[in-house]
Amino acid sequence: MAQATTTTAKRGERGTLGNSAVRPDGLAKVQGRFAFSSDAWADNMLWGATLRSPHPHARIISIDVSAALAINGVATVITAVDVPGQLTYGLIASDQPVFAKDVVRFAGEPVAAVAADHPETARRALDAIVVQYEVLPALLDAEQAIDGSFAPIHPDGNVIRRQKVVRGDQDFVGEVVVEGTYEVGMQDQAFLGLEAALALPDDDGAGVELYVATQWLHEDQKQIAACLGLPLDRVRLTLGGVGGAFGGREDISLQVHCCLLALATRRPIKMQYGREESFFGHIHRHPASMVMRHHADRDGTLRRVEVRAVFDGGAYASTSSAVLINAVTHMQGPYRCDIATVDGYAVRSNNPPCGAMRGFGVVQACFGHESQMDKLAAACGLSPVDIRLKNAMRTGDRLITGQIVDSVAPVERCIRETAAIPLPPPLAQDADSLDIPGGSGLTAQRSNIRRGVGWGVSIKNLMYSEGFDDYATARCHLADGVATLQFATAEVGQGFVVLAQQIARSVLGVDTVLLEPISTAIGSAGSTSASRQTWMSGGAVDGACRLVRERLFEHVAAAHQLDPLRLAIDGTDIVDTRGSLRIAVADAAPGLVLDETFEHHHRATEELDENGQGNCHVAFAFVAHRAVVDVDPDLGLVKVVQIATAQDVGRVLNPLAALGQVEGGIAQGLGLAVMEEIVLKNGIMRNPSFTDYLLPTALDAPIVVATMIEEPEPQAPLGAKGIGEPPCISVTPAIVAAIRDATGKALTRVPVRAQDIVFGD
Amino acid sequence: MTNEFYRLTVNGIDHEVRDAWAGESLMYVLRERLGLPGTKGACEQGECGSCTVLMDGEAVCSCLVMAATAVETHIVTVEGLSNDPTHSTPTDVQQAFIDAGGVQCGFCTPGLVVAVHHLLDRNPQPTELQIKEAISGNICRCTGYGRIFAAIELARDQRNTPPEQPAH
Repeated sequence: MAQATTTTAKRGERGTLGNSAVRPDGLAKVQGRFAFSSDAWADNMLWGATLRSPHPHARIISIDVSAALAINGVATVITAVDVPGQLTYGLIASDQPVFAKDVVRFAGEPVAAVAADHPETARRALDAIVVQYEVLPALLDAEQAIDGSFAPIHPDGNVIRRQKVVRGDQDFVGEVVVEGTYEVGMQDQAFLGLEAALALPDDDGAGVELYVATQWLHEDQKQIAACLGLPLDRVRLTLGGVGGAFGGREDISLQVHCCLLALATRRPIKMQYGREESFFGHIHRHPASMVMRHHADRDGTLRRVEVRAVFDGGAYASTSSAVLINAVTHMQGPYRCDIATVDGYAVRSNNPPCGAMRGFGVVQACFGHESQMDKLAAACGLSPVDIRLKNAMRTGDRLITGQIVDSVAPVERCIRETAAIPLPPPLAQDADSLDIPGGSGLTAQRSNIRRGVGWGVSIKNLMYSEGFDDYATARCHLADGVATLQFATAEVGQGFVVLAQQIARSVLGVDTVLLEPISTAIGSAGSTSASRQTWMSGGAVDGACRLVRERLFEHVAAAHQLDPLRLAIDGTDIVDTRGSLRIAVADAAPGLVLDETFEHHHRATEELDENGQGNCHVAFAFVAHRAVVDVDPDLGLVKVVQIATAQDVGRVLNPLAALGQVEGGIAQGLGLAVMEEIVLKNGIMRNPSFTDYLLPTALDAPIVVATMIEEPEPQAPLGAKGIGEPPCISVTPAIVAAIRDATGKALTRVPVRAQDIVFGD
Repeated sequence: MTNEFYRLTVNGIDHEVRDAWAGESLMYVLRERLGLPGTKGACEQGECGSCTVLMDGEAVCSCLVMAATAVETHIVTVEGLSNDPTHSTPTDVQQAFIDAGGVQCGFCTPGLVVAVHHLLDRNPQPTELQIKEAISGNICRCTGYGRIFAAIELARDQRNTPPEQPAH
């Protein structure tokens, strides 16, 4: 049954495309009635929990579960020997064990799972499992993975992927050459809604139903079914309410464990991670190091980029190979550049696995190329704005892969409109301590505070790349003026549920749009990632609604002896564009039931050749950021005062939702710039908690002034580009550039730490 | 486990909590024993504010309160903020969060809504900085806080606008 209610119309708006339509899940969310996956509950259910390796690299000598099984209330304990199907899973390469069998490759790797009557019983059972390890030397230095000095830690080897991008005259030397080495720390998605799922075994024990918070139901289904050794149709997934994702739910975490426990006990199993376990249980943003050399003419024209980039993928491949190609193919930034010499590695190590996070490889590349553009500007005597305007990419320019950028590419406009946003007033003499660096605790000396301004501009690919057809499916049902939509698009907070309703209202002229549960009962929608769902699932919903509208017009036209091509939707009416017929959609076809399904596919892309050449991406979006910061250089304290931004969005479909994406992305980019890093020591996380992994709070949030650049994208079904990722990409280098401006320090790594400002060069 | 029980008063209703382990947090008991899952947990350390409830009018992180110590207090959760007996009508703060775009994934929302009620009930005209300080214990990962500030300002301004007088 369709569950969602209609959206409240606002100020006379019908909630069509272009309106700030209100989310259909908003009321339930503010009242605490929205069911997140952690709220799922079933009669007779047991609690699942996971035992994890304390070592980054060790051989498993033995596992003794007998003491755990003897605890009153423990229903079962499972390990690798209890996996009936494929022993490994993975998004691109199936290289990650469901449970470690002979060897553990990162601290936090699952070794066993238990089901018990109470979470506390489950925790005690985990404590009672005895695992004997022989600790092995750990591969923690990415360079050792590359130079071959460390024996392979995995049958697939220590280099996950190497990809070069080689283009143009490889002997070219510019009139101006600048060099730098840049590092990006490991960032966590830190979605608030922790991993959680409820698995219900089928009565015959040969199938399972899973309610889970994920980004891609069908990919989970495929990987889970393979590990369970079950046919796809015996593993049915429904989206549990998702409390944010940001890339961190693209990989399997507890899905297989939860289903295995349910099948083993024949009882419903609820699993949910605590915050510490969440840090172990999902992948992170890749830490990266980049050595860069930029060549330019004396007037600042960018001619050549040379880069050696190393991304530490941790113990398992996840999406490392795709993250790497995103990085190496975006190394020139949103600038024209004819010559490139890029060599990129994604390597395996005994660090925690890394994969997708908002920005997906481009965040790392952008910190490097934007830092270099500022160096070039200084060397050529140009301002940060002028060097970017001089080299700004336009539609028709080529990437360093040889691909022509045929997307709308308003880079110059993004920069100019950002520059046109007024700077904030100077720090008031009587500013509250909460408004100055350090806040109310460690407060900067007012007389010491220096203000800085910095810039960042970026290019981001949209959708999946390298030949992958990441299509999306949607179904539209129309009866008596009520539309019902069905899709498997993961709603993770971004607001696709309201966008889908807006599309149906615009295309069909209906007011009431119901939404079926999001599940594998319909074809795949692809992943809620890569800034792709507005384009892909939006295109699918639009296509399904258009098919229904075509049938409706045929029906109405036949009844009135008209050519259906003369009919159009005007508000909530069907009108004859060349006659006088006007009939409400709700009354147009009593009793008629229309039902259509549509798959949206984007145009085909190619794999890269060995020189990194090829049309590997679908489309691109651009954004500019200008940061204003106050810094106390003696204490190393930073307050980000204002972020100005102009973003290339194609078309704004929901102004309020678009602004929410922009502001939210900026906060995450701010986190990477000055706060957020998973600190590792010998492969072990030192700060897996919200006490020690610091996230931006309301007091850290800068003033955001945003301009949306609306130049509809002809390739995009709704004219709209994806807007989720760009906000968090170039804001990070903009903030760092502003701190450099205030302090004169080189600041070559993010997050910038107090000691980098105080003691750095 | 024990056969003893204790009573909690939540949203004006008396509940018996039986057979509970004494170490259970108020958050766990509300969610798993009393059928009130509106209170969320995201850090278990009092850092994120998702589990904020009112205890005798004070905003507390229910993950840090042992449920058994909350006897003889009046607890209000996000489910009990509305004045109407069925709690089905949203409060002004809840409506403002919807209208101003303060909700994305919504996981932080219940805790924030409780924190904002706590703020506005004590200080009906908070400044921008007082708003920021009051919710600085509630982490939101989606919104960057901009639309949340807008929602709180909307609720504040609506409370401070005298309702239009009906004509006599």
